[in-house]
Amino acid sequence: MIVTNIESVPGMRIKAQCGMVSGSTVRAKNVFKDIGAGFKNVIGGELKAYTELLKEARDEAINRMIEQAKKLKANGVINVRLATSSVSSGAAEVYAYGTAVELEKIEG
Amino acid sequence: MADIFGLLVILVITWLIGSRIEKNHYKKIKEREIRLIKKPIITYGAKRFKTNKPIKSVELVTGEVVISGDYFKKFAADIKNFFGGRLTSYESVMDRGRREAILRMREKAGNANIIVNTKIESLMVNNIYHPQSVPQCAIIAYGTAITYDK
Repeated sequence: MIVTNIESVPGMRIKAQCGMVSGSTVRAKNVFKDIGAGFKNVIGGELKAYTELLKEARDEAINRMIEQAKKLKANGVINVRLATSSVSSGAAEVYAYGTAVELEKIEG
Repeated sequence: MADIFGLLVILVITWLIGSRIEKNHYKKIKEREIRLIKKPIITYGAKRFKTNKPIKSVELVTGEVVISGDYFKKFAADIKNFFGGRLTSYESVMDRGRREAILRMREKAGNANIIVNTKIESLMVNNIYHPQSVPQCAIIAYGTAITYDK
């Protein structure tokens, strides 16, 4: 599965369009990590626990989008966007969406 | 009286530790930026990409970071907010976060030749309606990494 956030896939031709696919996830860390981040918050700097959370959320959103694209028998997703929203403090939503397409290699 | 004393102690401690963390972070960011100066070129907002070179791989690369200001910065910004103007203490936090996210994305791209259409997405994860909350910002930078076939 090829995922890009531009309008085409370099080196490949778009054969057919399969429609829009999307995946979203809302994730939160456990209370202890929240308390740890609260302490870190006072002195500043990077909050590693929340960065992990964001990575997991992004992975899961993109994977769900890819799952949907596979159901449509597509082999690529183009023009992918990632959108985020804060649901409550300590939880993050990541939403990934794009256009599923069927791709073929350009010969020569 | 004890309240004011306690506040002063917190302010001094957070100022000392916070400014040190910020200084070290800026030092690291500058080092990494210099190291990556000849590594993949990035374009922002060019959605069409054409090349005649053979392509080896195309993939989505991301870099993410959650960065937080400290209590001293919040205190300074609150005073500045009363008079208006630039809140410089928060500006450096956002600047650090964005540069860090872009650096992580470029490091993840590895040997890619170019990263096309980089976008930066950010949101505040703290409760912005709560007057006592120190800002925390989550930033995702993402783009399409393209590697040429040699």
